[in-house]
Amino acid sequence: MDTFITPFSSNSFMLNALLAGVLVSIACGIIGTYIVLRGLAFIGDALAHGVLPGIAMALLLGFPGMLGAAVGALVMIGGISLITRRTRLSSDTAIGLLFVGMLALGVVIVSRSSSFSGDLVRVLFGEILGINPGALMIQLAATVIILVTVIICARPFLMLCFSPEQAQVAGFNATLYHNIMLALIALTVITSFQTVGTLLVFGMLLAPAGAGALVARRVQTMMIWAAGFGSLSVYVGLLISYYFDLAAGASIVLVATLIFFMVFFLRSRPKSTFGSPQIG
Amino acid sequence: MLPASNIPDNNSTSCVIARNLDIGYQGEVVVPQINFELTCGQSLALVGINGSGKTTLLKTIVGLLPPINGEIRVLGNPPGKNPHQLAYLSQFHDAGFILPLRVKDVVQMGRFTEKGLFGRMTPKDEDIITSSLQRMGIEDLRDSPLRLLSGGQQQRVYMAQVLARQADLIVLDEPTSSLDASGRDLFSYIMNEERSRGAMIVVATHDIQLAAACNQAMLLAHAVVAVGPGEEILTPEALLKTFGIVLLYQGEDKGVGIVEREHGHD
Repeated sequence: MDTFITPFSSNSFMLNALLAGVLVSIACGIIGTYIVLRGLAFIGDALAHGVLPGIAMALLLGFPGMLGAAVGALVMIGGISLITRRTRLSSDTAIGLLFVGMLALGVVIVSRSSSFSGDLVRVLFGEILGINPGALMIQLAATVIILVTVIICARPFLMLCFSPEQAQVAGFNATLYHNIMLALIALTVITSFQTVGTLLVFGMLLAPAGAGALVARRVQTMMIWAAGFGSLSVYVGLLISYYFDLAAGASIVLVATLIFFMVFFLRSRPKSTFGSPQIG
Repeated sequence: MLPASNIPDNNSTSCVIARNLDIGYQGEVVVPQINFELTCGQSLALVGINGSGKTTLLKTIVGLLPPINGEIRVLGNPPGKNPHQLAYLSQFHDAGFILPLRVKDVVQMGRFTEKGLFGRMTPKDEDIITSSLQRMGIEDLRDSPLRLLSGGQQQRVYMAQVLARQADLIVLDEPTSSLDASGRDLFSYIMNEERSRGAMIVVATHDIQLAAACNQAMLLAHAVVAVGPGEEILTPEALLKTFGIVLLYQGEDKGVGIVEREHGHD
């Protein structure tokens, strides 16, 4: 048993990493559920990468990376809604365009600075083993904000998943709640970049929620499954990273992806409850 | 054509009235010059091929699309101002195969407008949900996952959600498209029940029998071909004018272009 507990009980950096990872998993489980159900994966991906130039710029100018990430996310969301409102281009086109543009901008900024390569790796893959108590508190605050907002907006969010038009006709301002949802995705991405990194936060948004979608019968239970799968991935990923000296963030996302495929194969076996033939 | 409305204002809260209404998307008119009115307990069927403007008119009535020109009043207000009195069933529904929802969760959404963000579901709401399920004949599917149901069963679930709204105006976009014969009979029966409690119904349909059962029908082909009592306007000539396009569709590819020029609007 010690093998599974000692790394965390005797190393405070491991304990902090576990706590931060679980908080990230809860936030990503909740928000990832909406991303999966509403087909917002592309915008989540774009946000996760679009914040890069903001972070790079902030680090270059000596501001906190999170501030830069927030600016990057704002530019991204603002640009997408501007293009889709003013033209007939689909949001896919707008998202894709801004996605590559922002990523390129990020790389250009980084390439300008020679002392930057270490920071870049940190931004992309996080530094979950170097989490300090301050960052832990910020992650806690973000997770609580996400949890509370989702509880308040549960009904309009559910209607948005069902049909944005139905939500609008039912008296819930579909644009407003859609924007709140985007803001929550942005908040998740911005705060999680310190732990799992911008590149991998997307995996934590999708893989556990995807696995949850295969198991759950209700939206709330899907969130709980997703948070659970995510937390399990963090725990197992950290252990693997500890014993085999592997990159922690990448190990966590790798485990999350493996869990998704395990659930997928277990669920698609014949005679499972999910795979039962259609009624009627 | 209906004569211009003479309904006094104190009655207008229970009506849908359109006068010289142009509808369309982003400033481009799909159907010009629509005139009709609907009072308590009446139903209006919109008949026409795909792309004839049925859905555009429904979306204008429920407030999803702004009118381009002319006037439309829904229950005494501009469209979209009466969410508590309105039920709308759109034509969507790929969502049904993805969302982890039970049947009763879907029907319960029909009570959200009434309850707002925080209002608790009461036993009365439970009764409404149960009776909506019963009326659509799917009470035994109450706890079933939506995504395991057939298309026809899902459509019954969505109709149960509409019933749970207890709306004064019910707007339905091809509600019977995936129903079998018994489902269609049940649907007609339910629509009559809703009308007899005073609800108004606007329904877009390809089903001429369903249209004939409504108080009024409107034939659409990028223009209003005819509007009035079903038995008067569902004539072979009018249907030919409305669905003649179908023949063109089935014929040569150019048919589509010709129709656009005849009925389209620049």
